[in-house]
Amino acid sequence: MFQTILFYLFAIVLILAALRVITEKNAVHAVLYLVLCFFNSAVLWMLIEVEFLAITLVLVYVGAVMVLFLFVVMMLEVNLAATKEGYAKYLPVALLVAGVIVVELGLVLVGGKFSEMTLANAPAITADGVGNTQFLGEQMYTNYLYPFELAAVILLIAMVAAITLTHRRRPNSKYIDPAVQISRQPEGRVVMHDIKPSDFSVPEVKDVEEAASTNEKDS
Amino acid sequence: MMEGLGVLIWTLVKILAVLLPLLGCVAYLTLAERKVLGYMHARIGPNQVGPKGLLQPIADAVKLMFKELILPSDANKFLFVLAPVLSIAPALVAWSVIPFGDGLVLADINAGLLFLLAMTSIGVYGVIIAGWASNSKYALLGAIRSAAQIISYELAMGFCLVGVLMMSKSLNISDIVQNQAGHAGNWYWLPLFPLFITYFISGVAETNRAPFDVAEGESEIVAGFHVEYSGMGFAVFFLAEYANMILISALCAIMFLGGWYSPFPETWDYIGAGGVHWLAIKTSILLFFMIWFRASFPRYRYDQIMRLGWKILIPVTLVWIFVMGFAIAINKSPALEMTVLAILFIVGLISVIISPKGKFGIANRHYANHSTATVEQEQGK
Repeated sequence: MFQTILFYLFAIVLILAALRVITEKNAVHAVLYLVLCFFNSAVLWMLIEVEFLAITLVLVYVGAVMVLFLFVVMMLEVNLAATKEGYAKYLPVALLVAGVIVVELGLVLVGGKFSEMTLANAPAITADGVGNTQFLGEQMYTNYLYPFELAAVILLIAMVAAITLTHRRRPNSKYIDPAVQISRQPEGRVVMHDIKPSDFSVPEVKDVEEAASTNEKDS
Repeated sequence: MMEGLGVLIWTLVKILAVLLPLLGCVAYLTLAERKVLGYMHARIGPNQVGPKGLLQPIADAVKLMFKELILPSDANKFLFVLAPVLSIAPALVAWSVIPFGDGLVLADINAGLLFLLAMTSIGVYGVIIAGWASNSKYALLGAIRSAAQIISYELAMGFCLVGVLMMSKSLNISDIVQNQAGHAGNWYWLPLFPLFITYFISGVAETNRAPFDVAEGESEIVAGFHVEYSGMGFAVFFLAEYANMILISALCAIMFLGGWYSPFPETWDYIGAGGVHWLAIKTSILLFFMIWFRASFPRYRYDQIMRLGWKILIPVTLVWIFVMGFAIAINKSPALEMTVLAILFIVGLISVIISPKGKFGIANRHYANHSTATVEQEQGK
């Protein structure tokens, strides 16, 4: 009973937050509503006792992905007028995509095993009493090892590709190799001269250059 | 129904029993920090309010409570007020899974380690939202720095925890402590030495403490993300920072220093028995280290922070996890093997540092080469 009330409470918040994500004009607010969405879906998962997925959702999406989203969105000056442009042009395509998704979801929900699933008979604990986290771990590293490794490699490739596509060395960057920095010797930088008041011979620039060149040879 | 109400009230009492002492500790940690910093700077520190300055935190709290809350013009009011709350809530929630003693834990959940990681990772929202909602360039810069820094160090931190759970074979924090039962030789600090050091460094970075406090960076961006906050808004950020400090130290003590167990063999009378006081002592020592860092190290430059996180700490943890994987493949519980490897690691590290010819050795630093004596010699004294 209490669980059902909680479910509807969090489900309502989830749906309202999801609606706000797409209707909100301010991009930062939209991202924060999306965070709220993730949190609520994590709680819903927690209600059917799949604690591993719930915590991972918070850890990965809320703790890392959305922080980066927020990071990017905060620095963008989003032009509100420009976002509304071409609304009518893209509407048919959007409706088509939405329709396909709704039909697919419907087929899964009506035809698949989801129709038999309720809060009461959620598969929280397996037959041998092993907890959800442990069970998932065992399955992932035994029966589903190859799909799991494949998914990991695909993610790695995507990551490497994204970095190589965007990484460039800016010509005006003042970056200095730290190894060069810490191997610098004071002899190349400062030369001490003992100048007595009697002779005003100014040290020649040559000395400093010599000291610098000997230091280069050392390192 | 009545039973449910009873459980609810009992849980609330337990939550208060954790939070009230915690807030007390936070208050007195601020005093401890000012005192310790004072002595390290060869001055006295606060000593006017109450005997030996012991009532200083209370005076500070009262002062901050009665200060005016100022909303910056054009600030996003709702988010501006929400940000301190978002900052302190995760810092307090994380305490729900911390075991203070054998069975002394608010929520003994199986995925406790994951829960902790999730909670410590969402603390950054308070900082980011505060920076953005303040409508101030300094605050925004602080927020952006903080976001990038916390995300970077979270990886190293997560890898350290992977090492811990490979060793203890459990995600339950009470189990992790129980697997370290006994004297200091059984704790994870030695077999997981590189991870222990990495975890503590990342923890300092994660709480935005000196020398990683570029998110505040007084000399560059005034006060960073909380530059526009006054009164209680500022106080709550302050509370969150110190609560996080205590949390990181407590976690370090739990994961690597045997939690509530005594460092002496269990057969010894009185000092051999475990208890909450041992956890408190270990946590306090680590907190002292954090304050010590602040007094000793100059602030890292931003690119150096990123380099340390990505190019040094993460590779170190990855290598150690890899080595541990091999050790586990050979022997199911590789505590001894890992201890030997860790000692080799420590010896190697020390020899690199003290070697006269090595590139990274102390002898190669200019303050060693160019001592006062050489300067005086060159000046012909």
